[in-house]
Order: sequence, then C-alpha cells, then structure tokens
Amino acid sequence: MAKGKIEVIKERCKSCGYCVKYCPKQVLAIGKEVNSKGYEYVYAANPDDCIGCAICGRMCPDGAIDVYKL
Amino acid sequence: MSRVFMKGTEAVAEAAVRAGCRFFAGYPITPQNEVPEYLSRRLPEVGGVFVQGESEVASVNMVYGAAAAGTRSMTSSSSPGIALKSEGVSYCASARIPMVYCNFARGGPGVGSIQPAQQDYLQATKASGNGGFRMPVLAPATVQEAVDMTYRAFDWADRDRTPVLILADGVIGTMMEPVVLPEMKSDEEVAAIKESKKKWACIGHPLDYAHRSWIEPGQWSTQKMQKCNEDAAALYRSWEKEAEAEEYQTEDAEIILTAYGISGRIAKSAVNLLRAEGIKAGLIRPKTVYPFPNYAYDKLDYGKVKAILDVEMSIPALFVEDVDMAVKGRCPIETCLCSGGNIMSRDAVIAAAKKIMEG
Amino acid sequence: MEKIYTRTKTIQEDKVSGFCPGCMHSTVIKLVGEALEELNLVDKAVCVQGIGCCGLHMDYIAYDDITAAHGRACAVATGIKRTNPGSLVFTYQGDGDFASIGLAESVSAANRGENFTVIFVNNGIYGMTGGQLSPTTLVGMKATTAPKGRDPKEHGYPMHMCEILNELKAPYYLERTSCNNPANVMKTKNAIKKAFQYQMEGKGFSMVEVITSCPTNWGLDPLKALDFIEEKMLPEYPLGCFRDRSKEEG
Repeated sequence: MAKGKIEVIKERCKSCGYCVKYCPKQVLAIGKEVNSKGYEYVYAANPDDCIGCAICGRMCPDGAIDVYKL
Repeated sequence: MSRVFMKGTEAVAEAAVRAGCRFFAGYPITPQNEVPEYLSRRLPEVGGVFVQGESEVASVNMVYGAAAAGTRSMTSSSSPGIALKSEGVSYCASARIPMVYCNFARGGPGVGSIQPAQQDYLQATKASGNGGFRMPVLAPATVQEAVDMTYRAFDWADRDRTPVLILADGVIGTMMEPVVLPEMKSDEEVAAIKESKKKWACIGHPLDYAHRSWIEPGQWSTQKMQKCNEDAAALYRSWEKEAEAEEYQTEDAEIILTAYGISGRIAKSAVNLLRAEGIKAGLIRPKTVYPFPNYAYDKLDYGKVKAILDVEMSIPALFVEDVDMAVKGRCPIETCLCSGGNIMSRDAVIAAAKKIMEG
Repeated sequence: MEKIYTRTKTIQEDKVSGFCPGCMHSTVIKLVGEALEELNLVDKAVCVQGIGCCGLHMDYIAYDDITAAHGRACAVATGIKRTNPGSLVFTYQGDGDFASIGLAESVSAANRGENFTVIFVNNGIYGMTGGQLSPTTLVGMKATTAPKGRDPKEHGYPMHMCEILNELKAPYYLERTSCNNPANVMKTKNAIKKAFQYQMEGKGFSMVEVITSCPTNWGLDPLKALDFIEEKMLPEYPLGCFRDRSKEEG
C-alpha cells in the first residue's frame, strides 16, 4: 500500500527527468502525452511504491510535483 | 536668511541635504572632490548615508538602488566620470526613478584637462545615456543659482519621476561666493517624502503580485516598451513650458550675446561694458538647457538684431547648435570660443562683438 | 492525506518559468522562495537581479524586484540596503554578471562588508546570450567565443569566487553548494536560509555560490549535464562552507 502520493502539475513539467532519476522507488516515468509546450510530462508509473519522501518535488526545478503523505 | 561664503561644490552639497537628499554615492574626480568630502561629514549628521563607490559606475548604480527604494539620492562627478554614469542614468530614466546628479564640467575629450570647460553640452542635453531619453538639465551661472537649482531639482525629479542634471562647470564648482542657503527640510518632511514613494519603492511588500514593487528599466514586450517611450515623450513635451532663460537688455539690442553657465555670466559683464561704449548689446542666457528656452529667441526683434554671438567654452561649439535651431536663420550667428580648460575672456567677447558691429 | 510538498507561493501560481528544461535557475529561485517563506521574510524581500539568465524571472516571482545593470547588482543592493536596513536584500546573479563585468562591484561590496546576501549561480557559461566564455568556464570547455575550448594561455583559468572573497576580512558567510542531487538541493536551501538569517541579524556580507548546469549551452541533455557537474564542475569548484563567522563567535 502506498505511503505517499504525487500529483503532477503537467503544465509546469519540462521533461528534464530529474525526478525520474532520483526517485528512490522508481515511481515516476516520462509519459507519452505532451503539455501545451510540447513537453512529455512525467506521471506516476508505479504509484503504489510511493513512500511520500518528496525527493521528486524537491528536485523538480519548476515545482511541478505536489507530494502527499497518506 | 543668513548669507554664507561658500565654495560652489560644497554649496551644492549643502543644498541637496536641505532638499532632503539622504543618500549620496560618488567617486573622487577633480574639480568636484569637495562634494563627496563635504557629504561624507554632513550626511551622517542628518541620518543620511554616504558611500564612496569603487567607481563612478558603481556610484550611480548605488544611487539607482537607493532612489528606487524611496530615498532622495544624488551623485556628482565631472565629464569623464559623467560618461561612466550614463548607463546608470539611462536605467533611472527607463524605470522612472527620481535622482539628481551634477556635472562640474572640465576640459575634454578623454582625460582632457582638469580646468573648467563647457564641452559636455551635447552629452548633457542630447545623449546622457542610451535609448534617447530626455531629462531636465539646469545650468547655473553663480553659486547661488547652483544652490537654488539643486534644491529645485529634487522636487522636479520626484514630481515627474525622472533624473535631473545640474550642468555646472569647474568655475562654478571651485569659486567661493556669498550665498543664501534654502530652508532645511524637516525630518518629518523627509520622512513624508519617503512614505509617499512606499507604493512603488522596492523595500519589500506583502506577498501580492499586483501590489509588489517591480522596478523595470526595460520591458520584454516591445509593445510595453513603446508605450513607456510614448508616455515619456509626452512628459518631455510637457516640460517645454518650464524652459527658462535670463533675458537682459534684449528689447533694443542690435547684437545678442547668448551663453549658459559661467560663459553667460562673463557675457553679461561684456554687455554692460559694450552698452557703456554705446553699443546696444543684450544677453539671452538659458537657465534650463533642456527644455531649451526657444521662446527667448522668438521674442527678439529681428528687424533690429544684426547678429547673435554665441559665447562658449567649447571647441567645436556645441551649445550653438541649439541656438541655431532656436534662431531659425532669422539672423547670422557668430561664435566666440575657447576650450580645453581655458576660461572665457571678457575682452575676447567684447572684441568679437565689436568686430561684428563694425563689420 | 496531507500535502507535504508544493511549490512556494512566492512564485505566481499560474506562472511557469521560461528557463530551459533542467535549468537550475528555476531550482534556486524556488529555494529562495522557500527560504523566505520559512523565515517569514517575504514581506521584506527585495531581489536585485543581474542581467543574463539570472535576470529572467522578474515576472515569475511575487515579491519586490529590481533589475540592475549588468554587473551592478551589488552596487544597487548597497544603495537599497544602506537606506532600508530593515529590508531583506539579496542579489541574484550569474557568473558573467558577478565575476566578469561586475567583479569590481562584487569584490568591493564584499570588502565593505555590505549587509546583504549574494546568490551567485555559477554554470560556467554565458547562457542568455548563447554560450560564450565566462570567467568560470572550465579549462578545455568549449564556448562560442572559445571554439577550441578554454585555453589558459589565452583565456586564463576558472575564477573561484568563494576563495577570492575568502581573502577579504569583512565577509561573514561564504558557502558553495550545488543542486545536482537531492542532498545538495537541501544544502543549498539551508545555506540560503542561513545567509538570510545572518543578514537579518546584521552580521554583514554573505554569499551562496551555487554550481548549476546549462544543458542548452553545454550541449548536453539535463541528465548528462548532472554528470558533467559531478565529474567536471565539482572537482574544479569544491563544495563546502568557506567561512561562517558565527562558528568563530562560538
């Protein structure tokens, strides 16, 4: 059962991949859909593994990920 | 009010303090070293701040900062130093930041010479920085005028949120004359001035995009930049009615001497001596060289006026270009010039005038 | 469900910065905002922006902002802070602004011990203007004005601003951090908070130098640029606290 949950604000994502690289649980992945600027924004590929550590949120330059503790 | 015997540079510095100037940053350069020296003593006495910048460039940008944060601020320099400050002044003009600065002009170009000259006329009135902005430029011919103009400059700067330049010269700066100093603005008045700027001054505001302070010396949007230019142009036009000149014995004059600053004062004594010899001479001495007092030249009776003699401590002549535009060819314009730090000689002016009248 | 992380409110809700993907200017501006919020200093904050990529976020933040001429932010900040000691004044400058055209202003303000904070974002290149050589460009690193790469015989060596300012007596706090991994991001935030706190305590000049990347002008994708920081930038610019006078005060 996931201990945390993320919410991607897709318009802020620039597909830089920092969150994907540093998520300790490989929860995130670059998606196929693009936002209005044409960036393939990230999504929670393995949401159940999320532990709510917020590393993704902190690494994200543009604050595109909100993080919740369940 | 009491008269005191004061040196031009120090009188200008004291006038600024009395006008509520509470920040000065400057850098040593002859012939205006007494301005920073004086204010390094005086400003702390009134709770003001003095900084000797590491350069003129740093100094004008310190003034840009202090003024953008709501404090009446001033800097001063001389010719090459003024050139270094041009970008900073352009930033103030673009961001509509009120500030006052003085040029005690000296010989040029380059390091030129340290003696007085009027070779910065175009720098002062036409291109004090990039971007084609204009600003009020006041040209004192006496220490008293330098004091009064400095005092007035701070009000004009605040009223229109613009830089204002006092275009003095090394003579005005280094000579001593009796002068009546203006009233000292009270601490309450100075505080009220700063308070009145609180809305736009960059000092910190509650988190609220609409009402934060944003000092913009430029725009990303070209439309916005043009709008800023259009608003500024309208302001510049509005200054025309504030142009000012001393018109002395011009009503029946057959020859008009015209000059600004110290040359204007020398030309005035020449007029008196010419009159004593029966030569009907007159003087037009612009006090504001921007806005330029075209009206004074329009009022002349070109039926009587044989010629206009431009008296200027600048070779090539520069001020004569504005005179030429004002006269519009209605009579010939001659020049009596010196430069490089040489001070205009009254006899040379008299000789030039006589030559025209005999010619 | 409790929200434990969201973007700082000092960035306007509806705005996304114009910085390139992976550009850490966004990160540092976010961290500055978080520091201001946590220290309850947003209402006192004045950002003095240099010119360059460091000067592109004025329409993105929600606190007071003034753009300084290129290289003159430390002079502008001097004027603001000296006449408004109660404000929290910080400059936000890149390596061109702080260490090239503005070197005299930077060193002089530090030497006078001006009581403001410098946020110096060092990515070893001129970003905004398209990748020219900078005082902090690494030896051998290519730039549009050093096509064969930086050659010390012609371009000299990378400038170490923390070390240079550490030779001056007056500065109170000098630290160099990076944003290339989560731990360093936290260190950067803590350094910024510490610098702001010291400023509000009137301790004097503080600077945080942040080693960042410029994927676009380094010609690398964001993740490879992270590796470039690790393998090339950090060996040249060792991280750490060069001076923290509070430690000496005991």
